Amino acid sequence: MSTVFSEFSFKKLKVKRTKLSALAKREALWGLVFLAPWIIGFLLWSLGPTLASLAFSFTDFNLLHRETIQWAGLDNFRLFASDPYAKLGIKVSLRFAAIALPVGIFQPIIMAAILNDERLWARRLFTTLFYMPSIVPMVSAVYIWMGMMNTQAGWFNRALAVFGITGPDWFNSQVWIYPALVMIGMWGVGDMMLMTLATMQGVPTELYEAAQVDGAGPLAKFRHITLPMITPVIFYNLVLQSIGIVQYFLVPFVLKGPNGDPGNATWFYGMHLYKEAFAYSNMGYGATLAWILFAFVLVITIILFTTQKYWVYYAAGEE
Amino acid sequence: MNNLSKPKHSSALKLEMKKFLSKSGFTLFVIMLLMVFLAPFGYMLTTSVKDREMITGSDAPILPSRPAQYEYNGEEYPVLLVPDENGNFHEWAIIKKGREESTFIDTKNPETGPIQWEGKWRTLEKVWNFDPVWSNFAYVWETAKMPQMLRNTLIISVIGAIGTLLSCTAVAYGFSRFRIPGKSILFMLLISSVILPQFVTIVPTYVVFEKLGWIGSWLPLIIPHFFANAYNVFLLRQFFLTIPRELDEAAMIDGAGPLRRLISIIIPQSIPVLVAVGVFHFMWAWNDFFGPLLYLSTKKDLQPISIGIQLFNAQYSFQPHMVQAAALLGMILPLGLFFIAQRVFMRGIVFTGVEK
Repeated sequence: MSTVFSEFSFKKLKVKRTKLSALAKREALWGLVFLAPWIIGFLLWSLGPTLASLAFSFTDFNLLHRETIQWAGLDNFRLFASDPYAKLGIKVSLRFAAIALPVGIFQPIIMAAILNDERLWARRLFTTLFYMPSIVPMVSAVYIWMGMMNTQAGWFNRALAVFGITGPDWFNSQVWIYPALVMIGMWGVGDMMLMTLATMQGVPTELYEAAQVDGAGPLAKFRHITLPMITPVIFYNLVLQSIGIVQYFLVPFVLKGPNGDPGNATWFYGMHLYKEAFAYSNMGYGATLAWILFAFVLVITIILFTTQKYWVYYAAGEE
Repeated sequence: MNNLSKPKHSSALKLEMKKFLSKSGFTLFVIMLLMVFLAPFGYMLTTSVKDREMITGSDAPILPSRPAQYEYNGEEYPVLLVPDENGNFHEWAIIKKGREESTFIDTKNPETGPIQWEGKWRTLEKVWNFDPVWSNFAYVWETAKMPQMLRNTLIISVIGAIGTLLSCTAVAYGFSRFRIPGKSILFMLLISSVILPQFVTIVPTYVVFEKLGWIGSWLPLIIPHFFANAYNVFLLRQFFLTIPRELDEAAMIDGAGPLRRLISIIIPQSIPVLVAVGVFHFMWAWNDFFGPLLYLSTKKDLQPISIGIQLFNAQYSFQPHMVQAAALLGMILPLGLFFIAQRVFMRGIVFTGVEK
């Protein structure tokens, strides 16, 4: 079993230059007809805008003064270097990532391990129920958690009070808002949980039987068989989570509005970008911020993909 | 296994017993975890049917309840739980409050008349009647213009789902059944668009939509979906590859062209996956907040439910019951759809990321 990203190998690229027969030409032509929606879409919504974005970043394009659009050279990049709010955005996003990423990686593994445990009765039912929160639309989930963690009637602090703990005012605290946001995010790991679970179920039972013979306990089996076998999914999750987290801002946007409340604690990089581009119509600087983000994502992805060979195990990898 | 008649070996029985205990213990532990994980639903459900008093009252129970009242001689009196000398509790209405001694009426047998009870009535617990305020939903439905928001959301998500299905089926068919020079490069480009941050494309795309005069309309939320997306193409391609090629070849010999083969061979074999893709898009569109935020922020009448609920709740932020009622109304359709299409849906999720 492997993931989307196992397709991501240069070995799989086959570029052969052969003369096509008339029949093959017809087939290729038909194929291209069927691919056309995506090829056009790729040019229109992915490649085109990505390049246009890069071009924008060297201009002072503002939607409100579009007549006076001018080449700005590296001005936007210089602005970025001295923009305290961009720095703040990076700091806030990294701070959030420091808790959100580990939780986002480990939580689905733990949940899948629990759902895959043979001691559990009615595993399908539990899987469905643990998956259910992922279906809740983001806006609804935000309001549910906002109430849940309210200081007056919210159940969370009431439950803490039972243990004699006075819970903080989660969403109005510059410190506690991060764990609270991560908790909202814990409702969204269902997809990853299902993929991890499916991969765990696909691990050949002979491996466990062999380990049993060697006297391995449950923990050793998990550590030496299950974990290596699910590394492709962990890797897939790690890549997608990293990309998601650097763009994260909608949940705090719905929760606290666009001003970074409380006290700049939710001034995520994405929030800054959104405001520059769409609240102030600074398309040039917005595109600059976007391209810097993109460059960051590219670097991370490349790093992750190069480390892949040291820890990700693709069963059918070596062809 | 026909060993019921034979007496079981005691150690085997012990083992069975141990297994049963460890299973029930573990399942119980998971039930507890699940209850914690789903507790916010409980908060939402109970709060959405409360009124302000039921939320703010310091002694108010978790379920929506009102202090019980009892009518006696044309007056309303609160009902309290009163212990008698045997320690049994009775639901008595307090008709005269005193510091050391109060007068009660037994709500079960009022004809016995007033009862004197010695003790401090303030220490007694109130009797609560379960009384959900269903009218919250009607209020939100009306005030937030739910019918209009639902209509908008349905139009956007259903047309988008049709577009996704048409385009992704065609593209996946192209990738799975045709020899095209450079296909592997194209496929890798498709997969790599998964890691393209939407922020990079959104700025110029917005400018183009603005030039086209599409801002303030549904078009930016619908039209792009007619051009396929990586996840669903990948999912469909994976599935199409599992359909035996012999079927295609047999149809080809019968003279069926590429389009004919797609319609009469591939599509009928793939109904569950197609349903999954349709449902995915529907859920995605229902959930989409950023798109409508960008393109419809000035057009209140065209806004879908995600934006509508946010605007409503921002206005009613001091009325938690309304906020929760709106949150509930906003999730009921996707959740219902999930439970109907649950099997297909969950299998599809696995297929989008993991190939077997």
